[in-house]
Amino acid sequence: MSRIATRFAQSKAEGRGALVTFLTAFDPDRATSLEILRGLPKAGVDVIEIGVPFTDPMADGPSIQRAGQRGLKAGATVPGVLDLVRALRATEADTPVVLMGYYNPILAYGVTRFCADAAAAGVDGLIIVDVPPEEADEVEPHARANGLDLIRLIAPTTDEARLPRVLGATTGFIYYVSITGITGTRSADYASLAPAIAALKRHTDLPVAIGFGIRSPEQAAIAATVADGAVVGTALVDTLAGTLDADGRATAATVPAVLSQVAGLAQAIRAARKQAA
Amino acid sequence: MNKPLPNSLRQGPDSRGRFGDFGGRFVAETLMPLILEVEKAYEAAKRDAAFQAEWRRLLTHYVGRPSPLWFAERLTAHLRKSAPKGMGAKIYFKRDELNHTGAHKINAVLGQILLAKKMGKTRIIAETGAGQHGVATATACALMDLPCIVYMGATDVERQQPNVFRMKLLGAEVRPVTSGAATLKDAMNEGLRDWVANVHDTYYCIGTVAGPHPYPQMVRDFQSVIGEEAKEQMRAAEGRLPDALVAAVGGGSNAMGLFFPFLDDKDVQMIGVEAAGRGLDTHEHAAALSRGRPGVLHGNRTYLLQDGDGQITEAHSISAGLDYPGVGPEHSWLHEIGRVQYVAATDEEALEAFQLCSRQEGIIPALEPAHALAHVLKMAPTLPEDRIVLMNLCGRGDKDIFTVARHLGEKI
Repeated sequence: MSRIATRFAQSKAEGRGALVTFLTAFDPDRATSLEILRGLPKAGVDVIEIGVPFTDPMADGPSIQRAGQRGLKAGATVPGVLDLVRALRATEADTPVVLMGYYNPILAYGVTRFCADAAAAGVDGLIIVDVPPEEADEVEPHARANGLDLIRLIAPTTDEARLPRVLGATTGFIYYVSITGITGTRSADYASLAPAIAALKRHTDLPVAIGFGIRSPEQAAIAATVADGAVVGTALVDTLAGTLDADGRATAATVPAVLSQVAGLAQAIRAARKQAA
Repeated sequence: MNKPLPNSLRQGPDSRGRFGDFGGRFVAETLMPLILEVEKAYEAAKRDAAFQAEWRRLLTHYVGRPSPLWFAERLTAHLRKSAPKGMGAKIYFKRDELNHTGAHKINAVLGQILLAKKMGKTRIIAETGAGQHGVATATACALMDLPCIVYMGATDVERQQPNVFRMKLLGAEVRPVTSGAATLKDAMNEGLRDWVANVHDTYYCIGTVAGPHPYPQMVRDFQSVIGEEAKEQMRAAEGRLPDALVAAVGGGSNAMGLFFPFLDDKDVQMIGVEAAGRGLDTHEHAAALSRGRPGVLHGNRTYLLQDGDGQITEAHSISAGLDYPGVGPEHSWLHEIGRVQYVAATDEEALEAFQLCSRQEGIIPALEPAHALAHVLKMAPTLPEDRIVLMNLCGRGDKDIFTVARHLGEKI
C-alpha cells in the first residue's frame, strides 16, 4: 500500500480525518523551508503538500503567489525542490509527500525524468494544477510507472456528467475545492459541504480531502469530520509571511509560528473525533 | 458546405483543440467546465444564422467594415528610389486601423460579447496590454449594456494612460494588476482568477488567439473577416492574390485573421513579424517563436519565453501590444511546419517605420503594425516591381504618440 493510502487508512482507523498542509518550497529560503517541513509530522500533519514555485500561478490567490515569488527569489528550481524532498526524507520515512505545481517547470525538466526523479526522491503524489484529465495522457503513464499518485481537484463547478471522467483519472485522494475561486480568498460554505461530499462519495472509494477555504482550527475540524481530510495552505503561508522581516527574510519566530499553528489545527481535528465518538 | 480538403491547412484545431502538438486545454479543473461550456456555445453560434447575421450587422454599421484596401503608392515609390532598377514590390495596406476603436480587436470582441449574451452571462472581464483590447471590450459592453472589468498590468496602466481614460469614459472599471512584472501576462493570470471566482455570471473575453481551446480558434474565426475581405479586395484591385502577406505577431490575432483564409493558397508567402525589442540577442525582446521554446502557459501549449527551469521570463517591446512572452498555438504550428515564416523587428526599426508611414502615407500607424511595416521596408526593395506585398495595418497610432514622443526626445 502506498504511503498516501496507508496514512488515510490510519487516520480513518483512528476515527478522524487527516490533516494535509500546504507550504511553498524555499519559502522564504531553503533552510527555513526544510526546518518547517521536518517539524510538520511531529506537529500532527498526515500529508505534506509542497508547492513548486512558478512565475504564473493562475489558480492561486495573492498569498500563495507571493510565497512562490519568495521561493523563486530564494533559488527554487525543480531539481532544488526534489533535493529538498530528499533532505526531508532523510529524517521522515512515513509521512506522504505530495508536490503541487504547474506543468511548465515539469515539462522543462522532462516529464519522464521528473516522474522517475520525484519518486526516487521520496515523493508520493503529484497535483499538476493545469493538467486536467483531458491533457493527462502525457503524464499518466510516467506517474503510474513510478508509483506516483495523480491527485486531482474536483471543483464545485465539476458537474455529475464530468465527475466520472475526473475521478477515473485520480489516484491517492481527491482534493475537493470547497469554494469557486482561487486559493485563500473565501471561506467555505460549510452547510453545503456535507451534501457535496456525500454526492462525491457515491462515485468513489478514494479518500476526499477538502481545501481552498480552510483557515481556522474550527473550520479544519468541520472539514475533517465531513470528509476524510482537510487541507490548510493559505492560512499557514500568511502566518509565515507575517513573521518575515522587512526584507522578506525569516526571523526566529518563523518556524515556531508555523509549527504551533499546525499543532493547533491537528489538535482541533483530533478533538473533533472525540466529540463525534 | 464544401468537403474539407485532405491537404488543407485550415482544418485545425482537432477535437482536443490542438494544432499539431500545440494548443489544448491546460487549465485547472476549476476552469475546465467553463471552457467546455464556451466551446459548446461557440459551436452552436457558428451554425446559428441569426447570431452570424447580428455579428455581420455590427461589423458593417458599427465597426465600419469592410475596411479599405489601400495601395501605398508613395511608400512604394519611395522604396523604389533606392532599390535596384526594376525592383520594389507594390505595397498594399489592409486598413483595419480605420475600424471603430482604432484596431482589429473589435472584430472578435463583438463576436465574443454576442456569445456571452447568448450564454446568459451578465458580467464581462478582459485583460489588456496596450489597452486596445480593453477599449474594444469596454466599447462593446457599453453598446450592449453589460458591466465590464478590465485587468491591466500596473506598468501598462502607467504607459497607456489615454486608453485607460478611454475605458473609464466607456464605463468600464480598470483594475491595475501589480503581481509579477505587472504587464499583459499578469493581467491574463488575474483575468483567469476572476473568472474562476465568478463562474456563474461572468464571461472572459480574451483578446488574442491564445488561451485554452476554443479561444484560439474562436478569435481566429472572428478575425478571419480581415483575410476574407482582403482576398476579395485584392482580386478586385489586381485581379490576383498578393505574393506575400505581412503582419505583426504578439499573441497573433491580427496575423491569424489575415493569414487564415490564405493558408491553402500555396503561392502566397506569409510572414509574421515578432517584436525584437532591443535586439534578439539581448534579453529584452518579445520574440517567442524566434527565441523561445515550446511550453505550457495560459491554457495552451505554445512557444514561450522561459528560462531553463520552465519559469516564464519577461517580454520587452516598445509596443505594449506585443509585450507578451507567448504566442497563439496556431502560429507555433505554422512555424514548425514552415507555412509561415517568422522574423522580428526591433524597437528602433519600428520607430523608423512609424515615422516613415506617417510622412509618406499620411497614416500614423500603431507601434504593433509598425513592426510589420519595418519588415516590409526590408523586403519590398528585394522583390521585382510586379510583386505585391499586403500588410495588415491593424491599428492606428493615436495611443502611441506619447511613447513615440518620449523615444524621440520630444515633449508634448
